[in-house]
Amino acid sequence: MMKFRFRRQGNDPQRERIKQDLFAFNKTVQHGFPNQPSALAYDPKLRLMAIGTKSGAVKVYGAPGVEFTSHHKETATVTQMHFLLGQGRLLSLLDDNTLHLWEINVGEGSPGLEEVGSFCLPGRPGFESTSATRVTVILLKRSCDLLCLGTEGGGVHFLEMPTLTLLDTQALVHDHIMQRSVVPEEYKCGKSLGPVESLREHPRCPNKMLIGYSRGLVVLWNYSSRKVENLFLGNQQLESLGWERSGKTFVSSHSDGSYMTWPVSSALSTQQPSTSVIPYGPFPCKAINKIVWRTTESGAPLVVFSGGMPRASYGDRHCVTVLQEKMQVTLDFTSRVIDFFTIHLIPQFDNPSALVVLLEEELVAIDLQTVGWPTIPCPYLAPLHSSAITCSYHISNVPPKLWERVVAAGLHQSPPPTWPINGGKDLALEPKHNGLLLTGHEDGTVRFWDASGVSLKPLYKLSTANIFQTDCDHNDGLMQGAEEEWPPFRKVGCFDPYSDDPRLGIQKIGLCKYSGKLVVAGTAGQVLVMDLSEEMSAHVINIATIDLLQDREGFTWKGHDRLAPKTGPISFPPGFHPFLLVQCMPPAAVTAVTLHAEWNLVAFGTSHGFGLFDYHRRSPVLARCTLHPNDSLAMEGPLSRVKSLKKSLRQSFRRIRKSRVSGKKRVVVSSPTSKVQEANAQLAEQAGPHDVEVTPVQRRIEPRSADDSLSGVVRCLCFADTFLRDGTHHGPTMWAGTNSGSVYAYALEVPSQEKFSEHSVEAVLGKEIQLMHRAPVVAIAVLDGRGNPLPEPYEVSRDLAKAPDMQGSHSVLIASEEQFKVFTLPKVSAKTKFKLTAHEGCRVRKVALASFTSVSSEEYCENGLVCLTNLGDIHVFSVPALRPQVRYDCIRKEDISGIASCVFTKTGQGFYLISPSEFERFSLSARVVTQPLCSVDVDRALCTGPPVRPVATAATPILHVALQSVGHVMNSAHSSGNSEIQAGLSSPALDSPNSSADITLDTTGDITVEDVKDFLTVSPAQGLQTNACALPGGQLIHSSSSL
Amino acid sequence: MSRQQRSSRDRVAIKSKFDAEYRRFSLLLSSTGCFQDFYQLLRSIHRIPGLEVFLEYVDAHGDLLPINNDENFHKALSAARPLLRVILQRKDVMDSVFSIDLPQRKKKGQRQMTAKPHPPMLIGPPKDFRPVSSIIDVDILPVTLRRVRLHKHGSGRPLGFYIRDGLSVRVTPQGVEKVPGIFISRVVRGGLAESTGLLGLNDEILEVNDIDVAGKSLDQVTDMMVANSRNLVITVKPANQRNNVVRGSKASADSVDSRACHDSAANPASLHQGNSNAAEGESDEEDSDIIIENNTLLPRLPLQPFVNGSALLRETSPPLSLGLQPLPRSTTPHNSPTYRPGKGMQEDGNIITL
Repeated sequence: MMKFRFRRQGNDPQRERIKQDLFAFNKTVQHGFPNQPSALAYDPKLRLMAIGTKSGAVKVYGAPGVEFTSHHKETATVTQMHFLLGQGRLLSLLDDNTLHLWEINVGEGSPGLEEVGSFCLPGRPGFESTSATRVTVILLKRSCDLLCLGTEGGGVHFLEMPTLTLLDTQALVHDHIMQRSVVPEEYKCGKSLGPVESLREHPRCPNKMLIGYSRGLVVLWNYSSRKVENLFLGNQQLESLGWERSGKTFVSSHSDGSYMTWPVSSALSTQQPSTSVIPYGPFPCKAINKIVWRTTESGAPLVVFSGGMPRASYGDRHCVTVLQEKMQVTLDFTSRVIDFFTIHLIPQFDNPSALVVLLEEELVAIDLQTVGWPTIPCPYLAPLHSSAITCSYHISNVPPKLWERVVAAGLHQSPPPTWPINGGKDLALEPKHNGLLLTGHEDGTVRFWDASGVSLKPLYKLSTANIFQTDCDHNDGLMQGAEEEWPPFRKVGCFDPYSDDPRLGIQKIGLCKYSGKLVVAGTAGQVLVMDLSEEMSAHVINIATIDLLQDREGFTWKGHDRLAPKTGPISFPPGFHPFLLVQCMPPAAVTAVTLHAEWNLVAFGTSHGFGLFDYHRRSPVLARCTLHPNDSLAMEGPLSRVKSLKKSLRQSFRRIRKSRVSGKKRVVVSSPTSKVQEANAQLAEQAGPHDVEVTPVQRRIEPRSADDSLSGVVRCLCFADTFLRDGTHHGPTMWAGTNSGSVYAYALEVPSQEKFSEHSVEAVLGKEIQLMHRAPVVAIAVLDGRGNPLPEPYEVSRDLAKAPDMQGSHSVLIASEEQFKVFTLPKVSAKTKFKLTAHEGCRVRKVALASFTSVSSEEYCENGLVCLTNLGDIHVFSVPALRPQVRYDCIRKEDISGIASCVFTKTGQGFYLISPSEFERFSLSARVVTQPLCSVDVDRALCTGPPVRPVATAATPILHVALQSVGHVMNSAHSSGNSEIQAGLSSPALDSPNSSADITLDTTGDITVEDVKDFLTVSPAQGLQTNACALPGGQLIHSSSSL
Repeated sequence: MSRQQRSSRDRVAIKSKFDAEYRRFSLLLSSTGCFQDFYQLLRSIHRIPGLEVFLEYVDAHGDLLPINNDENFHKALSAARPLLRVILQRKDVMDSVFSIDLPQRKKKGQRQMTAKPHPPMLIGPPKDFRPVSSIIDVDILPVTLRRVRLHKHGSGRPLGFYIRDGLSVRVTPQGVEKVPGIFISRVVRGGLAESTGLLGLNDEILEVNDIDVAGKSLDQVTDMMVANSRNLVITVKPANQRNNVVRGSKASADSVDSRACHDSAANPASLHQGNSNAAEGESDEEDSDIIIENNTLLPRLPLQPFVNGSALLRETSPPLSLGLQPLPRSTTPHNSPTYRPGKGMQEDGNIITL
């Protein structure tokens, strides 16, 4: 340890250079469904789709892997978006009435979308109110050289594109219409015609456009001749307009739930609708917000509209109706419809192949070419929150065998998608390593996601609800009977935030990627062990109950009941089949779980204790209660009201007593001044007499006491093959850490593979470490002789990892919420430590061990301890020296759910939820970066560059836009021949006390050192095989006399 | 440990008094040993081997201070110039409490506390002496600031204060500026903070264990304090600047120290200047922790792993003698109940971190 003391303080330039090669922070991609989408656009030429959100984000999607994301500078709602067809440009309208032009970037270093121009319609001079110039509707001509803006005031303004220059002289105001035609009085709104509701370009004559006013008046306007060609008088408030392909008819939808078709002929100047239908009449209906009319090869037009439901009976439904001749389907969604579009394949007809509906919580695509109009599963934009995410778990470097099996199981559930939006090219190479992200949900499902690349693809969905008896079982039967109903509802989409039973919620997941064994643990203390199988099967699940209280007296569980498992055989489709259910008693939520497939052991912990189960022999090995005797809160469970009831009763009694006393007082002197005095006296009691300032927030400074409630919660569990008894014999061990800073280490006797059936596994309490600072233990990991983390089970036996160094002395890394410590093994003594909280005031929320490979050489690799704090910043420490390497700000500290959801990968990447439905992916490694690498063939030949940032290569007809980099070697030029000076530059962490300059260990005053109890000295007669609680502390013999 | 060796002289003269008898002798500084040895020596010199007595000494300022553990014994030795005057008192006389009433005491030297109308300050029975708090670094800090060490001992007494956000006025090159600061918002009655008298309402907190709190949020500072709560060193700018240390000669600083030390039981660690380095504070802290019962443990530390190695081979070795206790970390309170008052584990652990 002395060598650290004498190392020179300050930065070693060489080390700084290595750090630059190893670490780099990037937020790379967002997975999942954007939060609160508000606008949708589609470019049929490039086959790209854009989604805008209420927070001002703009996301463009093409084929899976093709993604561009950006954000408006203003956090205003994106109300409308339009593509400049084929140009890779996008126009967005915000609710602050500004227009923004975006461009898919050609530039090098900054991939993605870039804003190249913006425009705000100037108010009319002399008018204070801007509402007249508030843009209500945008029409971008197909030629992309002209933009028409319909306003609240009824005017239509024209802008030249893509320069966004206002053509002032061209503006069309109501006078022009009224001068050139006779408009009936009822369509006038004072002097004007009311807000423009819809603008539609004539499909054949680019000069003509339909202008629809909200009062129902529709005008066919010729832009070049500036004449009104036709006048259509609708008798209802107009909602939207849509052309028929030929331009001979158009369709309008109205606020009373009707739609009308109008013939367009040049002869008549004022026309009447040819048909008028209220599809869900005759009772009052809600407005049809949007309608499209598509011709098909078969002749019968396809009408798609949103809304129009009968107000009284189905007014609360979110529906899109698809209508073709006699076929009608009312797509019934679980969230609000934002917008929809159709995708067309054949140029002669519209012949829509798919309907894409953007809802508030998900994106749904309907295959219109297949009979029955089934839904198409999306390869991206998955609604992660279809049921609230309760936990997530990442498996790096998934072996191909398991990958194929999971994919195959997923294909049984849903066929491979043929996704219609397939613009752009994904240039990313097949990822070398597959990554699997598992999310546990509130409804008891576990979803498997392909997290290898840019798009998070759903692979497989596992449901655990069917194992238990729940109230929701008969729901399916009810759905069947509803077929003859009108309207012909069809439930579409998977967003279903309402959990039937919160006890089904998944709390912890563990997966052995080599054996395919999966352990899933839930809110009601259920631990399910599963096996991956390709066959259908119907079998009975073994059930075992483990009492974690271990006859601890004086406690009664007042929380929820356990889930009742179904009796009899249950059939399972191919995929993960549960074969064992271990039920913890009391049925508190499982707080930690781990699995060792080689030893056939599963360990689990709750707020009461932890248990170890041999799933091969189906026998319990160990149960240990971790409760502190004073910890009554844990016993009563989260749902207990007893305590608070008691408290509130007490308080109300006090209040009564108080009021009696003060009532008496008032009788004696019932003057207003006495009240003031009383109030003052009360105030003085609360705050000190000198406390002039109001104290808004104050914090109590007290150390954690031993009997804090919930001290017994088991926070982490880990298996390791290491030296616990002595320095020469290693063997299986299990480690458990609790909320009160206790660590229990058990030596396990695991019979060899052949003898599994004969001998049972035994567990002997080896060590008990009490961290003196008593902070919750977040993670435990055992490091081998070289300081590397031990490999996973089977990794070595299958030649997938180097064998750990079993010669040198092992050590155990214990990460608490406040400190990291490395202890030697088998004699537990502190080797290195880092006191994060004492230095920085931040607390550890998530930790993981990750290996960082250098950018400049694949050979060079370092292990790092990655730590996310409660302030949302990420620190990386070297292992086992625990020296701070880098620090990055990652998540806002107010974003508690984001911090709580963070999960790290083994290669230095990570995920956290930025909204209930979206994961942000970030990378700490300079080498392993997953970000979009895609190209879009953009045709910007015909247009001049925008004013702000002219496109230099505009002359070339096809511009190939490629965006940079994906998990490959990135540009490492900076690391090669660069000067010492640059390398000596300070890293962002250097100003903080835990910077790398602070090399000396054990700095601040620390007398919080751990108490280690060594139990291995206990003679076999006193063996602590399955019931460690039975051994009182008084029998301990110190380890000088250990084995 | 090596502090008294800084003294140039190698002998210290001692004049001890019991009842009316005086004894004069001298001690070789290098062989002073621990308090217990000294205690036995005095009793043998005064020929009262069986009698339980209290030891007190007169420090440079005429204050009568107790000698009851290794720290204050060493402090007494180091302060003995030219002579260490020790007063022995019968324990039965002193059994309740004794007061510090300096002028009187000085006159009478030894006094029986029969009538205590209003003892100005009470100190608990000397046996329970342990560090509670101390002012440190008086010589390096500006007079307007105060660095206080609070020793949390067991869970018996809460630290007992609250902090809050606030605005602090600072004089900067740009003029007077208001910057966010952290202040003590409440001092709980009967808590440790109040009992020290060193922390008061509205004191601004500048540092926690030598880490500047500027730019840190209230929650961060709270967490830092809680994480350091076992050995909390906070630097405050007292709201009441009238009680500040009057900086003069080294001796006066020492006097303040010794008084603080006296008020709150001796903590020689804090008396030694230049304690800005928390690491040093830590080791000092450990010294004081360990020395209370078992200072023989320290020199043996280097041997520890060696001892371990051999001990590991033994299947069942009997509990070792106190002095040879090689594995303080793994010992349990049951093996050595004598020198672990309540929460004995800290002391064990401290040795390990050395």
